[in-house]
Amino acid sequence: MEKPNLTFIQKLSGNDIEFEKELLEVIKIEFPKEKIEYLDAIKEKDFKKTEYSVHKLKHKISILGFENSYKLADEYEIALREKKNTLQPQFDAVLEIITQYLENFEKDELPHYRRRVNR
Amino acid sequence: MNCLIIDDELTARVILKRHISNLDYLNLLEEFDNAIQGIKYLNEKNEVDLIFLDIHMPGFNGMDFVKSLKNSPKIILTTGDSKFAIEAFEYQSIVDFLLKPIEFSRFEKAVQKTLKSTIPQWQDAPKAEDIKPQSIQENLYINIDRRLIKIKLDSIYLVEAKGDYIHIKTEEKNYMVHSTLKKIEDKLPDSIFLKIHRSFVINVNKIIDIEDNSVLIKKDVVPISRSNRTELMRRLNLL
Repeated sequence: MEKPNLTFIQKLSGNDIEFEKELLEVIKIEFPKEKIEYLDAIKEKDFKKTEYSVHKLKHKISILGFENSYKLADEYEIALREKKNTLQPQFDAVLEIITQYLENFEKDELPHYRRRVNR
Repeated sequence: MNCLIIDDELTARVILKRHISNLDYLNLLEEFDNAIQGIKYLNEKNEVDLIFLDIHMPGFNGMDFVKSLKNSPKIILTTGDSKFAIEAFEYQSIVDFLLKPIEFSRFEKAVQKTLKSTIPQWQDAPKAEDIKPQSIQENLYINIDRRLIKIKLDSIYLVEAKGDYIHIKTEEKNYMVHSTLKKIEDKLPDSIFLKIHRSFVINVNKIIDIEDNSVLIKKDVVPISRSNRTELMRRLNLL
C-alpha cells in the first residue's frame, strides 16, 4: 500500500516551510470532516453524496502524493455514479492510512521540518 | 486584474491564494465557499474581472453558477474531474480549466490566456518571468503576498535557486520568490553579481574568502563550479 509523501506540497511551496505547515494544518482540519461526511453518506446509502465526498477526498489524496490511490478514487467516483460500491474497502483503507499519517504528523513529520529549518 | 475564488474546499482556496499572490497583476477581492454568496457579491459589485470557480459544490454547483450569470466575468474552472472540460467550453466566459491539485506553472498559463484573449489593455501584460528592469537600477522589486517589496541591489549578497523559487539573501532579510535564477540574473548588474554555480549567484563585493572550490559569503559557503571558476578569478583584484 502507498504511503503519503510531501513531494507535491514541497514543489508547491518552493521550500517555504511556513506555507507547507499552513497547508498541512488546513488538511489536518478539513480531512477528518470530509471523512465523517463520507462515512455518513455511506451509512445513508446516498450514492450521490458519497460520490461528492470521494471527489473532495480525492484532491487531498493527490496532494499527499498517492498516485495509485488517486486512480482508485477516480474509479470509485465513476462507479458510485452507477450506484456500485465494490471499491469501498480499498478506498477506506487509503483513508485510514491518511488518518494515521495526519494523527502522527507531529511525531513523524515535525522533526523533518526542524531539520530543514536548521539547515 | 480583480479576481474571486469560489470553492467549497478550504485546501483548494489556500493553494489558489498562494498562486494568486505570486502574480502581482492579480488582486484577490474575495473568496467564497459557495456559489450563492458569489452571485450575491457579483450583483452588488461590478469590479470582478476573473473568477476561479470550482465545479463540484453541493447544491448550486459551478456549472449552475455559470448558467445563471448574464454578464459574466471571465472564468477559470477548477476541478478534479476532466469530464467537465467539453461542457465548460460551450460557455464564452470560460477561458480555461485547471485540474486539481493545481500547479503554479499551469495556473499562470491559464491566467495569461485569460489576459491575452479577453482584455485588450492586458494584451501586452508581461509574464512574471519577462518583466525587465526599469530605468531605476539601484533597486529590485519583488512580489511577496501581493506586496511589491523594494530591495536595494547592493544589499543582496546571495541568490540561490530552489526548485521553482529563488532564495534572495540580503543584509537585512531573506526572501523566497517564485522565479528562476536566470530571470533574476538578467536584472542584476554584471559589475557586482556573478553566477558561480548553476544554483548560485553571488555579490562579488561581499566575498569574505575563497577556499578550493567554495566561497565564503557572510555565513554561507557556496560551491564554485569548474566552468565558472575562471571568470570569478578574473573578477578578483588578485595580488
